[in-house]
Amino acid sequence: MTGRRQPPARAALFITCFNDTMFPQTGRAVVALLERLGVGVEFPLEQTCCGQMHFNTGYADETIPLVRRFVDVFGDSEVVVSPSASCVAMVREYYGRVAQLAGDAGLARAVEELSPRVLELTEFVVDRLGREDVGAFFPRRVTYHPTCHGLRMLRVGDRPLRLLRAVQGIEVIELPEAEECCGFGGTFAVKNADTSIAMLTDKVRTILDTGAEVCVAADNSCLMHIGGALSRQRAGVRTMHIAEILAATADD
Amino acid sequence: MTEPHVHVAGVDGAPPFPEAARAALADAQLRHNLGHATHTIRAKRAKVVAELPDWEALREAGRALKERVLRHLDAHLVELEAAVVRAGGTVHWARDADECNRIVGDLVAAHGATEVVKAKSLTTEEIGLNEALAQRGIHAWETDLAQLIIQLSDDTPSHILVPAIHKNREQIRELFARTLADAPADLSDDPRALAETARRHLRRLFLETRVGISGVNFAVAETGTVSVVESEGNGRMCTTLPEVLISVMGIEKVIPTWQDLEVYLQLLPRSSTAERMNPYTSLWTGTTDGDGPRAFHLVLLDNGRTNVLADEIGRQTLNCIRCSACLNVCPVYERTGGHAYGSTYPGPIGAILTPQLTGLAGSLPYASSLCGACYEVCPVKINIPEVLVHLRREEVRREAQAPASWRERVSGEHAAMRALARVFANRRLYEAAQRAGRVGQWPLVRDGRIQHLPGSLAGWTSMRDLPPVPSQSFREWWRQRP
Repeated sequence: MTGRRQPPARAALFITCFNDTMFPQTGRAVVALLERLGVGVEFPLEQTCCGQMHFNTGYADETIPLVRRFVDVFGDSEVVVSPSASCVAMVREYYGRVAQLAGDAGLARAVEELSPRVLELTEFVVDRLGREDVGAFFPRRVTYHPTCHGLRMLRVGDRPLRLLRAVQGIEVIELPEAEECCGFGGTFAVKNADTSIAMLTDKVRTILDTGAEVCVAADNSCLMHIGGALSRQRAGVRTMHIAEILAATADD
Repeated sequence: MTEPHVHVAGVDGAPPFPEAARAALADAQLRHNLGHATHTIRAKRAKVVAELPDWEALREAGRALKERVLRHLDAHLVELEAAVVRAGGTVHWARDADECNRIVGDLVAAHGATEVVKAKSLTTEEIGLNEALAQRGIHAWETDLAQLIIQLSDDTPSHILVPAIHKNREQIRELFARTLADAPADLSDDPRALAETARRHLRRLFLETRVGISGVNFAVAETGTVSVVESEGNGRMCTTLPEVLISVMGIEKVIPTWQDLEVYLQLLPRSSTAERMNPYTSLWTGTTDGDGPRAFHLVLLDNGRTNVLADEIGRQTLNCIRCSACLNVCPVYERTGGHAYGSTYPGPIGAILTPQLTGLAGSLPYASSLCGACYEVCPVKINIPEVLVHLRREEVRREAQAPASWRERVSGEHAAMRALARVFANRRLYEAAQRAGRVGQWPLVRDGRIQHLPGSLAGWTSMRDLPPVPSQSFREWWRQRP
């Protein structure tokens, strides 16, 4: 149904500070994917951070200027696309609360008006572009980890899996107990490192059990956590953001 | 009038969560027991919840009803009191744990009893009633099987519904053989044999003890009817056989009408024990000649609940019907168990309830990865992650106001977070920080990975590598693309 709608000609990319700095290849993949699908990508250079880490750690007051900034930078965009489920969840679920804390009715209105137009990448591709087969080619065994904020806050459901299954040459192996948190949780991984590691150990075990060579997710923060353990264990399994798989073609 | 002194059992002297968790995580037996138990109940709950096509509507009704009750809590409580009195009961109001314990102790003493039988009750755990009674020479016998196990082993509950979830049947066999005089010499760890041993012990107590004490699941304001929901029937023994019944309820347990029970009696058993209907739902209204206790006392307990009520975001915590579904799905609870939470109330609900009752957040609101599984299963839609984040903010504000040395204030998390916020608020600073990170990381990078981080970040690299900051940020690539 949404696929029938005229796909947006342009989209503003909210890369997130984390991807911008640590995972630029994900951003490059998003640009390649969207342009291949006929979407003109804009990248407002004034963007920085959504404030999720501050907000979730208890620094809501420090988040207020970042919410204002986000609204200023993206307020005029028809649609904002981001390759991070948790940052999109921050905008859609908690920006209203931050505006309320700021006691700024104008900001609250601006947030309410903008946040429905802020979409996670797989939501945008499936719902707005109406695409599941994006013409990708990736001849590898992969397993998909649904990250918590995508799963329970955005409710992206099986959109990422539908996109992955349509990739040519790919073998998608179901991850047992997929909906279990990997134990990242932002500052939780540091403040409660032992508990976080106990959760991560179980997640890594299920990933290794699949025999996949790549663990895929729609959030690089969780992937950095999982990948950190895979790297430390020299497990020989890589992590990849879903955008990088969807961007890959037979010509690569 | 003196100020109320809120007390929640277990909180005093409890180590911070990360420290308590570390010990629990190393206990392989505990990890195995908990992992098995939580996964079993989790799967069962999912199955019985899926049977109801209107589950989401029920959850919404459960939430909305509680919200309305809390908005007019004062009126509902006064209505409840009048109805209970009309039906022949007596109502007492307790502002805090001490006052509640004194009221109950006085009532037991007035009836000349030195022993009481107790139905499982979290609220009386919260206020440390057993210990307070013991100080007056009154012995409280726990009659819920799991609660009995806890009492006999001189332990504390680690789960709301299944207090002895951390123990397996061999551990229980050993305990019964050691502590129960009427245990057979050849007691096996067969659940039926264990239950039979407990049953013989308890039957004698039910018949001999003159005062019963219970908690309350629901109290209906319009009729004065009080309800206890349970699985074993031992609770019903406590509420029907003794001459005197004393029920202690948190003030948030009131519901306006009899009809409202319909919603909660569907939500609670499915969420709690994964049953369509719990085996025993006891309902009583005051006293009845020739049937049940001759005297009924209802004690309404605040103990910090009005503080929770005053907080716009935290208030939803009082929706809780103590089902424990959030514990069973929580990846943190599953691994640390309940004792790590240092309170009568463990798990996600404990991490938001205890700090609000006591007014001290401490480490509990951080004992969550914010995965949201708790919110998803909560039958009364308490947005636990939202409240956790709200309490973290309160803790940050409290820390900022606490008299700390200059050094602590500039070296800690606060300084780092404020500095980062300034960086993110300014594009030039942000881009400079990206470059600085790339340059500054060189002492840490070995073979293309970071394996040791300094200071408070060392927890990350204890078991996880970190990728180095790449040589080109996304925005640098974007700016130079043709």
